[in-house]
Amino acid sequence: MSNRQILQVFEQYQKSRTAFVQTVAELASRPQNIETLQNAGVMSLLRPLLLDIVPTIQQTSALALGRLANYNDDLAEAVVKGDILPQLVYSLAEQNRFYKKAAAFVLRAVAKHSPQLAQSVVDCGALDALVICLEEFDPGVKEAAAWALGYVARHNAELAQAVVDAGAVPLLVLCIQEPELALKRISASALSDICKHSPELAQTVVDAGAIAHLAQMILNPDAKLKRQVFSALSQIAKHSVDLAEMVVEAEIFPAVLTCLKDPDEYVRKNVATLIREIVKHTPELAQLVVNAGGVAAVVDYVGDCKGNVRLPGVMMLGYVAAHSENLAMAVIVSKGVVQLAVTFAEEPEDHIQAAAAWALGQIGRHTPEHAKAVAASNILPKLLASYLRADASEDLQTKAKKALKNILQKCVHLPALEPLLHDAPPNILKHVVGQFSKVLPHDSKARRLFVTSGGLKKIQEIKAEPGSALHEYINTINNCYPEEIVRYYSPGYSDQLLQRVEEFQPVQ
Amino acid sequence: MKNMATMVKLGRLTGKVVEETFIQNRDAEENRLKEFEAALKIQSWFRAVRVRSYIKFLQRCAVTIQRHWRGFLGRGAFRTLVKNSVFVMRMNFYNKMVVRIQKRWRGYYVRKYVHNYYARKRYLEGLQIKNQIVRSELSEYAEMHQREREKRKQELAEKREIYNARKNHYLLSTHQISGIYNTPYRPFPDEMEYRLMSVKPLSHRRPLKPRDSTMGLVDPSPPGVPPALPQSAPLPPIDKKKPQGPFRQPTEVYSQRYRPLEPTLRVATDYTSEEQARISMKREECEGRINDNTFLPFTKRERPYSPLLHTTSQYGALPYGTSHFRHEKKETADDRFKLVCSPIPILEKFNETYSKGQVAL
Repeated sequence: MSNRQILQVFEQYQKSRTAFVQTVAELASRPQNIETLQNAGVMSLLRPLLLDIVPTIQQTSALALGRLANYNDDLAEAVVKGDILPQLVYSLAEQNRFYKKAAAFVLRAVAKHSPQLAQSVVDCGALDALVICLEEFDPGVKEAAAWALGYVARHNAELAQAVVDAGAVPLLVLCIQEPELALKRISASALSDICKHSPELAQTVVDAGAIAHLAQMILNPDAKLKRQVFSALSQIAKHSVDLAEMVVEAEIFPAVLTCLKDPDEYVRKNVATLIREIVKHTPELAQLVVNAGGVAAVVDYVGDCKGNVRLPGVMMLGYVAAHSENLAMAVIVSKGVVQLAVTFAEEPEDHIQAAAAWALGQIGRHTPEHAKAVAASNILPKLLASYLRADASEDLQTKAKKALKNILQKCVHLPALEPLLHDAPPNILKHVVGQFSKVLPHDSKARRLFVTSGGLKKIQEIKAEPGSALHEYINTINNCYPEEIVRYYSPGYSDQLLQRVEEFQPVQ
Repeated sequence: MKNMATMVKLGRLTGKVVEETFIQNRDAEENRLKEFEAALKIQSWFRAVRVRSYIKFLQRCAVTIQRHWRGFLGRGAFRTLVKNSVFVMRMNFYNKMVVRIQKRWRGYYVRKYVHNYYARKRYLEGLQIKNQIVRSELSEYAEMHQREREKRKQELAEKREIYNARKNHYLLSTHQISGIYNTPYRPFPDEMEYRLMSVKPLSHRRPLKPRDSTMGLVDPSPPGVPPALPQSAPLPPIDKKKPQGPFRQPTEVYSQRYRPLEPTLRVATDYTSEEQARISMKREECEGRINDNTFLPFTKRERPYSPLLHTTSQYGALPYGTSHFRHEKKETADDRFKLVCSPIPILEKFNETYSKGQVAL
C-alpha cells in the first residue's frame, strides 16, 4: 500500500465524522427529530466527538449538544450527567472563538431549564470561564457568554449572586456600550435578570454604572433592545426608593413617555411597568411622574391597548391615586376614571378587572369629591355586579368589595347610591344606608327626593336585626321623616288600613 | 361710897339695861335667821351682778377682738377671691382672644400653604394643560412614526413591484407584437407596460447554495490554520465626479486595484516555511493528541500526596522546615570582602554622599 492510500483512509474517516456531526446538528435544530436522536443514543456518540482533534468537529458537536439540551430538561439533565460540562468549561478557557460560542451555547441551553441545572453549571466552574469570555474581542462570543450568564442568574437570588460574585456585572455594563445591537440586547436582559431578585443585587448593578448607559438607549429605534432596557430599568427601580430615585435621576422622564406610543406592545408594557415601579414608592416620585404628564400618557396607553398589556398601566394609576388625595385628583382630572371604568367593563379577564377595581377604589377613597367623580362614571353597579357574580374569582370579589366599601364610605352623591339600595347584599347595603343616614338629616331636598324615588319604601322593606349597625342607620333615616310617611311606606300598611276600615263603627 | 352709889345707881339702872339687853338679845335671836338669809340674798345678788357685769365686759372685749380679727381675715380672703376671679376672668378672655387669633392664623396658614384652594385649582388646571400638551405631542409622535412605517411599507411594495416587473420583463411588447399589457383594444397601454419599459430585465439567477445552519457558529477554516477574523468587504469608493477622458469604469479600476494578491508559489512560500511547518506540526501533535484517560475536571481533581523533594531525601527527612526554619550556615562568609589597604577617605566620602545604594565590593 502506498502512503497515499493509507492517508486516504484517515481522510475518509475524518470526512465521515464531519458529515455525522453536521447532520446531527442539522437534525437537532428541528424538535420533531429529537426524540429519535435521543433514542439512537446520540449523547454518548457526541461526547467523544467533543474531544476530536479537528476543531470543526468539536464545535459542531458542541452545537449539536447545545441544540439537544435546549430542547428539554431531560436532555439537559443528560448533558449534566454525562460529565460534559467540565470539559466544555475547560476548553472554554483555551479554545478559539467558535468553540467558545458553541460551548457557551451548550451552557446556556443547560442552565435555561431549572435552578438545579443552572446550579450544576455553576458548580463546574463555568461562571469564571464565561466572565473571561465577556472580555473576548469577538462580539459573538460576548453575546453567547452574556446570554448564558443571564440564564444562570434568572432562576434565583443565590445563582444571581454567584454571577455577581464572578465579576460579571462590570463587564456586562461594558457590553451594553458595544455597538452590536444583539449584544446590547442580551447584556441588558442579563442585567435585568440579575437585578430582579434583591435590592442588593440591583445595587451592585447600579454601582457598576448601568443606569446611565441603559437610560441612553431609551430612544434607540430597535424595539427588542428597548424591551430589555425597560425591563432592566424596572427591575432596578422596583426594589427601593433609593434605586427608583436613581433611575429617575437619569432623566428618563419625558423621553420614556414617547415609548408608550411604540408600535411594539412589549415595549409599551415594559415602559408602563417601569413607570409603575417608580411611582409605587413615594408620593414625591408619583408627583414627579404626574407633573411630567405621565398620567395622561398612561391613561392614553390604557385606552390604546387590550388585554394583559393594560395591567401595568391600570396598576400605575392605582398606585398614583393611593398616595394622596391631590394625586388622586390628578388622575381624575387626567380622565383616568373614565378609562378605568371602560377597562373594567371591557376586559373579560378577572385579574385585570380586579386591578381596575382596586385602582378605582384607591381613587375614590379620599374625599366625597373623589367618590363622586368615581360614582359619576357609573361604575358602582358594575363593581357590585362583579362582586355578586358567581363565577368571579375570589381575588376579584375581594377587590371589588374593598373598592365598593372605600368609595361608598366617602360618597355623598345620593343619585349614584340609589341603584345600590335595590340589589346590594346586606354587607354592602350597610354602607349605602349609612351614607343616606349621614346625609338625609341635613338636606331637605334630598329627603324629598328620597321619598319620591322610592328609596324610603325600600328602606322600610329591609329586614335588619335590632341592635345591628344597619338597624341603627334605618332608625336615623326614619327619624328624619314624619311618622305617617314612615308608616305609609312600611310594608303591610295597606292591610292595617283595611283592618281599620273593618273595625270602624260608623256613627248611627 | 361714891362708887357704891354709882354701883347702886348702876344697879338700878342695870335691871333696866339687862332687861333691855335681854329683850334685845331675844329679838336678835328671833330675827337672826331672817336677817342672815336676807343678807345672804343681798350678797348673792350683789355678787351675781358683779360677776355678770364682768363677764359681760369680757364678752364685749372678746367680741371686739373677734370682730377686728375676723374683719381682717375676711378682707384678706376677699382680696384673694377678687384676685382669683379677676385672674380667671382675664384668663377666659385671653383664651378667647387667643382662640380668635389662632383661628385667624390657622385659617390663613392652611389656606395659604397647606390647602390652598386656588393653588390646587391652578395646579389641576396646569396639569390638564400639561396633559393636553403631552397627549398632543405623543399623538404627533405616534403619527410621525406611523407615517414613517407607511412610507417604508410603500417603499418595500414599490421595490417588490419593480422586482416583479424585472422578473416579468419578457411580457414587454415588441415592435411587432404587443404584449399582454398592451392590448390593442384599449386606447392606452396598461400601467405595467410603462413599468416594464422602465426597468431592466433580471439577470440569470445563480443557483442558491443550501443554507448551512451552522453558519457563523463553526470555524470554517481548515484544521491547522489559525481562525481568521471575519474579513470586512473593502469600503466602497467615495463618490466623485466622473473623470473626463476615455477611462475605464471606476468600478473596474477599483476592482483591479483591490484585487487580492496572487503571488507565485515561490513568492508565497516563506523563507522559513520548513521550520514553521515543523513547529506547527509539533503544536498540532501536542494539541490534538488523543488521550485515552477520561477527562478529569480541574476543580475536583484528587491526586495522591507526593511529598516535596526538599523535605525528603535518601538519607531521611531533612530537618529544615520541621525542626528549624533558619538557613543553615553558609559555606562562605556572610560579611563582605574587606580592603586590605586602608581606605582612601575622599572616596569613602564620595560613596556616602552620592550613592548609598551602590557599594563597591
